Amino acid sequence: MKMLSSFCRCVWVSGVAVALMLMTTATAWAQQVPPEGGLEGFVPANSLPPAQRMPAAPLLIAAYAFIWVALLVYLWFIWRRLGRVETELRQMEGQLRK
Amino acid sequence: MFARVVLLVMRKDLTIEVRSREILYTTLFFAVSCVLVFAFAFVREGEPLGDAAAGILWIAIAFAGTLALGRAFERERHAETLRALMLAPAARPAIYVGKLLGILALLFATELIIVPLVALLFAAPFFSRPLLLAGLLVSGTIGFAAVGTLFAAMLVRARSRDVLLPVLLYPITIPVIIAGVRGTAALVQPVVDPAIIVMLISLLVAFDVVFLTLSLWTFEPLMTE
Amino acid sequence: MRKFFAPLLVLAILLMVVAPVLIAEAPYEATMGLIQKIFYFHVPSAMMMMLSVFICGIWSIIFLLKKRPAADHVAVTAGELAVVFGLFVLVTGPLWARIAWGVWWTWDVRLTSYFLLWMIFVGYLLVRKYGGPGSDKLSAAMAIFGMANVPFVYVSVDIWRTMHPKTTVVTTLGEGMAIPFWFCVFAFLVVYSLVFVSRLRLEEQRARVEQLFLEASDI
Repeated sequence: MKMLSSFCRCVWVSGVAVALMLMTTATAWAQQVPPEGGLEGFVPANSLPPAQRMPAAPLLIAAYAFIWVALLVYLWFIWRRLGRVETELRQMEGQLRK
Repeated sequence: MFARVVLLVMRKDLTIEVRSREILYTTLFFAVSCVLVFAFAFVREGEPLGDAAAGILWIAIAFAGTLALGRAFERERHAETLRALMLAPAARPAIYVGKLLGILALLFATELIIVPLVALLFAAPFFSRPLLLAGLLVSGTIGFAAVGTLFAAMLVRARSRDVLLPVLLYPITIPVIIAGVRGTAALVQPVVDPAIIVMLISLLVAFDVVFLTLSLWTFEPLMTE
Repeated sequence: MRKFFAPLLVLAILLMVVAPVLIAEAPYEATMGLIQKIFYFHVPSAMMMMLSVFICGIWSIIFLLKKRPAADHVAVTAGELAVVFGLFVLVTGPLWARIAWGVWWTWDVRLTSYFLLWMIFVGYLLVRKYGGPGSDKLSAAMAIFGMANVPFVYVSVDIWRTMHPKTTVVTTLGEGMAIPFWFCVFAFLVVYSLVFVSRLRLEEQRARVEQLFLEASDI
């Protein structure tokens, strides 16, 4: 039981770490300036078109992925705790009956 | 009957306080130390930063208020007198109002010292509109103390009350402090726009009404064991 | 409760799979473009948080007046869900703001007041966990005061001049945007009920274990 719970903790911690890494890579990727072709000279512009300021897609995907992953992790967390509590409940009921 | 209980509870607290002056002195000392700490952070080359005075004033009030609330109920807990008060055949809301008025008297006394001090040290023209300033201070302090008295009374029995009071109190009363800071900051602008300040005062009054009603209403079920 | 569980789970998964497809097909917003599509998850999350806040507040009132533990279980569940869904709002919001406003976070009235509301419910959970005996009543009071803060949060964008889009954008959506949006709201409602039912069951079973433990130690 103890080993199982420490295993679960390992899985949980590594899951969080992976999620965090994914998020940081997503933001790092998002911050990359899109490469431009070999220009002869720079033409100044007063404002960039909004789409070029920062690619929006990674941020959008990160947002949806975060909600998905967080919901699944939270649900899984609840079910795991529920399983433990119900085992405890059965054990106690068994002991009380004796 | 209600008013009599209120007066008796308040007079009890004030009599103890006048005899020992413990809370008043410690709170005041703490508030002045707060102001001094902020003076280091917000004064550059002898010139205080723009709106800092308003924030410093309200943070000092909030911190000192938390200290006073904690002490006022610690005293009750020490001698188990809150239990005695609760056992007395008096309406619970009356006890609450009595305690609230006692705390308010203390906080107003503290403000009488801190406000001129902050105005002086940070060269803030607080007193250009004394009525608006008084309106902000009174409505803000009532809102803060109304929630504070309720939570401090409830926490008397809790184990980790010293930690929990700020945890409970600050998130709930920050709207009051924000409105107070915004109002006071508007007051020290070169051109004062009374409309904004009046709007913020009415917002604070709305908060006071909501918080007081809720506190009066929940004090009874919360304080019964 | 168990009877509803499996259909609810299937429905929730189905809705959450279909939702991104509908969102992808929705028209782009004229000035914000692609990033505006965060709205389809951001606003439903905020709605679910508000729903939790109200459930938590109302059941806390019932608990304080009637002293029924069942009401307290509902309140705890809703309190925890308020923090979870509030976190979704607070994570997706900055991702949108980075493109739309150019900053991750700004101390705007709407953002600040929302953050505060979230803090109140984090405080609620802290009091629950570390308050010791009597923490159920303490946290109930906190939930009631938190609920009293909601109107302030909700109207803050409309009263003050803030950068945050007003609450009226939801009612003025064109058909192309309204259908995916309300679909997402429905999907979130189903997911919310699924999580709520599971969490509530956990709370009830936990209370039963505690009850049994007390009975056993009395013998």
